[in-house]
Amino acid sequence: MQQNTVLIAMPENARQVSSSQEASFPAAVSLASVSRHFDAVKAVDQVDLTVHEGEFFGMLGPSGSGKTTCLRLVAGFEQPTAGHIAIFGEQVDGIPPYRRSVNTVFQDYALFPHMNVVDNVAYGLMIRGVGKKERRRQAEETLELVRLSEFVDREPGQLSGGQRQRVALARALINRPKVLLLDEPLGALDLKLREQMQVELKSLQRELGITFVFVTHDQSEALSMSDRVAVFNQGRVVQVGTPVDIYERPETRFVADFVGSSNILEPAFCERIGAPSGLWSLRPEKIRLAPEGLSDEAGTIDVTGEVRHVQYQGATRRCVLAVKDTELALAMPAVGVEPVVGRTAHVRWRLDDMHGMKQV
Amino acid sequence: MNTRDASVTPARGGVWGRLSDLFYRRPAILLALLLGPPLFWIGVVYVGSLLALLVQSFYSIDEFSGRIVREFTFKTYLELLRPSNLDIVLRTVLMAATVTVTSAIIAFPIAYYAARYARGWVKALFFIAVMLPLWSSYLVRVYAWKLILANEGVLNWGVSKVGLSPLIEALLSLPVIGGPSLAFSYIGTFLVFLYLWLPFMILPIQAALERVPVSMLDASSDLGARPGQTFRKIIFPLALPGIVAGSIFTFSLTLGDYIAPQIVGSSRLFIGQAVYVHQGTAGNLPMAAAFSMVPIVVMAIYLWIAKRMGAFNAL
Repeated sequence: MQQNTVLIAMPENARQVSSSQEASFPAAVSLASVSRHFDAVKAVDQVDLTVHEGEFFGMLGPSGSGKTTCLRLVAGFEQPTAGHIAIFGEQVDGIPPYRRSVNTVFQDYALFPHMNVVDNVAYGLMIRGVGKKERRRQAEETLELVRLSEFVDREPGQLSGGQRQRVALARALINRPKVLLLDEPLGALDLKLREQMQVELKSLQRELGITFVFVTHDQSEALSMSDRVAVFNQGRVVQVGTPVDIYERPETRFVADFVGSSNILEPAFCERIGAPSGLWSLRPEKIRLAPEGLSDEAGTIDVTGEVRHVQYQGATRRCVLAVKDTELALAMPAVGVEPVVGRTAHVRWRLDDMHGMKQV
Repeated sequence: MNTRDASVTPARGGVWGRLSDLFYRRPAILLALLLGPPLFWIGVVYVGSLLALLVQSFYSIDEFSGRIVREFTFKTYLELLRPSNLDIVLRTVLMAATVTVTSAIIAFPIAYYAARYARGWVKALFFIAVMLPLWSSYLVRVYAWKLILANEGVLNWGVSKVGLSPLIEALLSLPVIGGPSLAFSYIGTFLVFLYLWLPFMILPIQAALERVPVSMLDASSDLGARPGQTFRKIIFPLALPGIVAGSIFTFSLTLGDYIAPQIVGSSRLFIGQAVYVHQGTAGNLPMAAAFSMVPIVVMAIYLWIAKRMGAFNAL
């Protein structure tokens, strides 16, 4: 437990903290060159991953990128065609789901329609032969944990999406799993509820100290909830790191583009605007409007372009600037001067804000 | 650009136009028009004749003149309770129950395979295979079974070739269900019923299983349930409405059939045959009506029990 609090208090250091302890503490989940091929389709291809104990681990990627298959491999619903998976140091190859102390919250919640809420939650206990009274007591306790006490005797059909999700969560948590797997847990909820559940899931995880692995296609959700994120593309993990790592230092064009939007500066373009040559990622919020003619400041790039679009988005304003043959996206606070479509605008960014990527 | 000319609510005109406007404003009229004819049919032709049947069963027959006495009496029902008649009822209900349970057991794996695993052309093949027997005449199929089950039939020939004739002989020497040959025993009747009604059991179970999402089975397994437990706690309860629907078919079809047991089986009567005999040669319509009420009452009791046991909770 001591170790968990350390990890959670300093999520950015989580990697170092636990890697120094790896000898004594096995990883919560580890995938060693795991593949899952469906005939010619490589759903998961040569994936290596390590999830540390007590971590809130996000698996992010577009649909069909293999993240859900990866989760199902850990749960045991699928078996890898190659590679090995270990949970807390124990190999789980060939072990069926019902013998893994891992529980899943399903995307469609998968509540049993012929049982009421409390029986749904107590299902795992019933299977293990826990007595009826004790079952109910624990189920009520767990429902309290997810703040759903007053719905104990309802049928799943009478609940809203958010409430069903909490039942699914309680049903998984009552078994005290070593690892909790969540498949797009917030995907079906509306924005307000989603934001609320993000906070609740996070504090729940902190409270219980259980390792959470969750799958999402929503980059902002992945960034805001995870201690570390693995970005998936086409069955492979393309980058693993803290949310700050992933956002500030994307290693590939795909990550830069998928996690938040980014301006990709091609080598040819860099040459024309006088920037160092290379393939760079530049986040829209790092570009600022600047008064023309004051471009002598060291370590900055100045360009002039034509304003193509301006989008008002409440707190921010997004603006697209055409500079030579490239379009640059800018995000700026919605206060201040509004750029006018069709006019020229002068913008500036710091060289430090350009992040170099692998040439692909 | 001359938007002034075009009306925002252009009239469609004509009788049909006005009619559809009327339906839009008063949807109840459309509903009444759609439901009227079938409701009339069910109400008058179906329920009406059923009530006529019920009334008939409370008449009796004058045993000397053979005339029907149109006076309310329980005499006919009391006659139904005579041992020879009760035997017929019991025999039929037992047969129907056995056929139902056996067909449910045989149908379930087939339906499960079709719902969970069969895709594309395999699924099409499944539907054709299940329904194909229904495309040929019922009589042809029953007579075919008579030939299959006869002592000189293909089944006995095959069994004797592999040296299992003693097995058939042992089966036929059993009391009650045995007989001189499979074609003249309850076993034969049972096999024919099983064959005839199996599709009516497979299809509803398949439809019920089709509606159980895979994630529900994954969830059960995920929560620690072994396959056997998942079957008992999740798959079976969720398939139960389908099993009950199928059993309504197999049960009531067996209760009412009078041809199959006539062609294949011992000479002892089933309810359907009793009805046939009483309303035909015997001219005892009240008795035929009283016999006809038995399957209706049995089905009502069956459905009531099924409902009490929660078979329809997952609907």
